[in-house]
Amino acid sequence: MTETPLIGDFRAEADAPLDGARIGVVTFPGTLDDRDAARAVRLGGGTPVSLWHADASLHGVDAVVLPGGFSYGDYLRAGAISRFAPVMETLIKEAGAAASSGPLPVLGICNGFQVLTEAHLLPGSMIKNDHLKFVCKDQALRVENNSTAWTSQFTDDEIISVPLKNQDGQYVADEETLKALEAEGRVVFRYLGGNPNGSRNDIAGVTNEAGNVVGLMPHPEHAVEAGYGPDDSTGMRSGTDGLTLFTSVISSLAGGSK
Amino acid sequence: MPRIIVEVMPKPEILDPQGKAIVNALPHLGFEEFSAVRQGKRFDLTVDGEVTEEILEQARKAAAEMLSNPVIEDVVDVRVEDQR
Repeated sequence: MTETPLIGDFRAEADAPLDGARIGVVTFPGTLDDRDAARAVRLGGGTPVSLWHADASLHGVDAVVLPGGFSYGDYLRAGAISRFAPVMETLIKEAGAAASSGPLPVLGICNGFQVLTEAHLLPGSMIKNDHLKFVCKDQALRVENNSTAWTSQFTDDEIISVPLKNQDGQYVADEETLKALEAEGRVVFRYLGGNPNGSRNDIAGVTNEAGNVVGLMPHPEHAVEAGYGPDDSTGMRSGTDGLTLFTSVISSLAGGSK
Repeated sequence: MPRIIVEVMPKPEILDPQGKAIVNALPHLGFEEFSAVRQGKRFDLTVDGEVTEEILEQARKAAAEMLSNPVIEDVVDVRVEDQR
């Protein structure tokens, strides 16, 4: 009998059968968390593929992560210059509303979320935290939509803890957009235990209409490995709640759904 | 060289955290007469040669599509500065 590693088994090797999903991680000038995101992809059971901002090709990847950092030093507005990178032109075509059936799953984390809003793949925008300070802490979130490509393996209203670290994290959108997001269940992650940055409706993350594009300000890729995550009930630094985003997308790519 | 000036401000309905911090700091320096501050951006676009209507239109397009984000900001002015 062939030993088949479970999805999420971090011992999975590159040639393991379930390791077929190739997930691109884009590096822009000033991106910081691309290596952590690539590691999260690996720990989630996928094969990370490094994508470069100036290369318009997605190299046939099955999904893309836009990681956190300060691309172009947040010049102009966070994500505003990266949004025009050659890789983004291709990504917008493959992930956006114009894409044919099976649009590309895309996850934007922190600066990646800002890039997705600037690219109009996700509604709203981020402005400076209402208290003007950089925040860095473990943050409790409620997963309110587990039917997206990136959240399918969470339970209904699952409460998770992942690090939050940013300065321009205050999610804003006009009233009409907020109403639509709430009515359509497109708020994917909501802050719990106090709003850390003034975000409208405590919104931490949202999805597009098709559910293939998800963006959030907190950092699931920093909570994927025991010993390096947030504290949880099992011990210090033991939290690995973020890993579920990366296992979810592989499950979604394999045709799994709720 | 003629320049096109583009001015961008946060939308009125968007709370401007930076402006709020500034207005709170002003009284510490004895500036007591200002009840609100909003902080915006000004871009100077230098043009090598004459500013034609076509170039001005390009500046308006750049202001709308890149220099501002319509979700949070308004382009309040696009004008040609007097040639010197």
